[in-house]
Amino acid sequence: MASEVVDATAPKPRGGRFCTVCNERRAALKRPKTLEQICKECFYAVFEDEIHRVIVDNHLFKPGERIAIGASGGKDSTVLAYVLSELNIRHGYGLDLFLLSIDEGITGYRDDSLETVKRNEIQYGLPLQVVSYKELYGWTMDEIVKLIGLKNNCTFCGVFRRQALDRGAALLKVDKLVTGHNADDIAETVLLNILRGDIARLSRCTSITTGEDGPIPRCKPFKCSSVFNLLIDSFEVGPLTCSSRIYSPNAYRGFAREFIKDLERIRPRAILDIIKSGEDFRISTSTKMPEQGNCERCGYISSQKWCKACVLLEGLNRGLPKLGIGRTRGLNNERNKDMKATNGTKALQSKQCGTLDF
Amino acid sequence: MQLTLEFGGGLELLCDSVKIHNVNVEPQAEGKKLTMKHLLSWVRTNLIKERPEMFMKGDTVRPGVLVLVNDCDWELSGQLETVLEEKDIVVFISTLHGG
Repeated sequence: MASEVVDATAPKPRGGRFCTVCNERRAALKRPKTLEQICKECFYAVFEDEIHRVIVDNHLFKPGERIAIGASGGKDSTVLAYVLSELNIRHGYGLDLFLLSIDEGITGYRDDSLETVKRNEIQYGLPLQVVSYKELYGWTMDEIVKLIGLKNNCTFCGVFRRQALDRGAALLKVDKLVTGHNADDIAETVLLNILRGDIARLSRCTSITTGEDGPIPRCKPFKCSSVFNLLIDSFEVGPLTCSSRIYSPNAYRGFAREFIKDLERIRPRAILDIIKSGEDFRISTSTKMPEQGNCERCGYISSQKWCKACVLLEGLNRGLPKLGIGRTRGLNNERNKDMKATNGTKALQSKQCGTLDF
Repeated sequence: MQLTLEFGGGLELLCDSVKIHNVNVEPQAEGKKLTMKHLLSWVRTNLIKERPEMFMKGDTVRPGVLVLVNDCDWELSGQLETVLEEKDIVVFISTLHGG
C-alpha cells in the first residue's frame, strides 16, 4: 500500500514535457500538422504567424479594403475576428474590418451566440451588422420549421444563410467577405461534393478565395488550419455546434464530419490530405460545366434559372415546402408555367429575395 | 476524489445545460488510481442525461470531442490511461460543427 502511494507521487506522465518551441512552459497540445508538443502561448504565436503567412502568400487583402467577417458567435468566427483584428494592427494591413451576423430567427439559438458577437464587437472594436432571415426572406426559421417539420430544414437554413451573408456584405459595401471555415469544413465539403458528383463545386471548394469575378469575393484564411481547440477554450464562445443547432438532427453533413473526425483520429494529417486531393482534382477540359448565370428573379449568382433560395421561397410561399428539396429540375423546367401562374395571382406575400444590386 | 468537470461546445446540453460540475468520483477499487477511462464511464452513467452517443463512441469520447486535463490536451497525458488526482479539472469540448 505504502509503495503505491510513492508511485502515485512519482513523476506524473502528464506535465512532464516542455514545449518544443519555447522550452519553458509545459506543453499543452500536439499540433496535428507537425505533431510537435507545444504550450498554449506558443500555439497562439505559431497560429497567428501561420495565418499571417496565408494572408500574405495568397495576397488575400489589399490596403484600404473593407472586409466583412462572417460572425456566427461560434469558435471559428470568434477566433477569426480576434486574429484578423490583431494581425491588422500588428502588421499594418490597413483594413477596415466589420462583423456581419445572420439571425435565422431560431428561438433560443442565436441569443447566446449574438451575445458573443456583441462581445466581440466591443472587445475588438469592430462595427457589427445583424441581418435577419425575416428581413431578407419574410420567414424566420421557426416559421419554416413549423411548416415543414424537422426534416430537411437544414436545406433552407444553409441556402438562406449563404445568400444572407452576401446580402449583408452588400449592405456594408465591403470589398470582401471572410469566413472562419477551417480545414475540417473544407475536407468535409470535398467529400460531400465527391459523393454528390458535383464537379463544379468540387473544383472551386478548395480555393482560398472564391467568387473573384463576382461582386463580393469570399475568402477562408483558416482553410488549412485545423485545431484551435485551445483557443476555443480561451474564448467565450456560444454553444454553436450543429449538435445544438436544434433543428438539424438529420443533417447529412454530420455524417461526413464524423467520418473525417474518425479518420483524423487514425491519422491526423488525413484532413489536410483530403484538401490536397480536392485541390489536385483535375477536371477534363471536355467536361461540360454548368454555366454560372444569374437568378432571373433576384439576380443572385445561380447556375439555374432561379437560385436555390428563390426556389425554396417559392415553395414556402405557395405552401409547397418540399419544392426544391432534392431535385430542382422539375421546377426550373416548368418554370414558364409557374411564372405565369404566380405573376398573375400575386400570391407571394413575402418579400422576393432581393432588391439589392450586387 | 473531488474533480471539476466542464462541458462546452454544446456538450452541456447533454447534461441539463449545466456547464460546470463539481463531482466526487471514487476509483473503481480501493487503492486503485482513478483513470480517465473510469471517469468517462462514470460521466456517462451519472451526468449524461440524453443522447450519450453524442459524447461517447465505444469506450472513449466521440471523435471531435476535445478533452483537456488541467488545461492540457489528454493526448499528451495518455488519453484513457491518464491518471486523475484530487482537484483536477477535466474539460470536454465538442469541436464538431462549430461555426
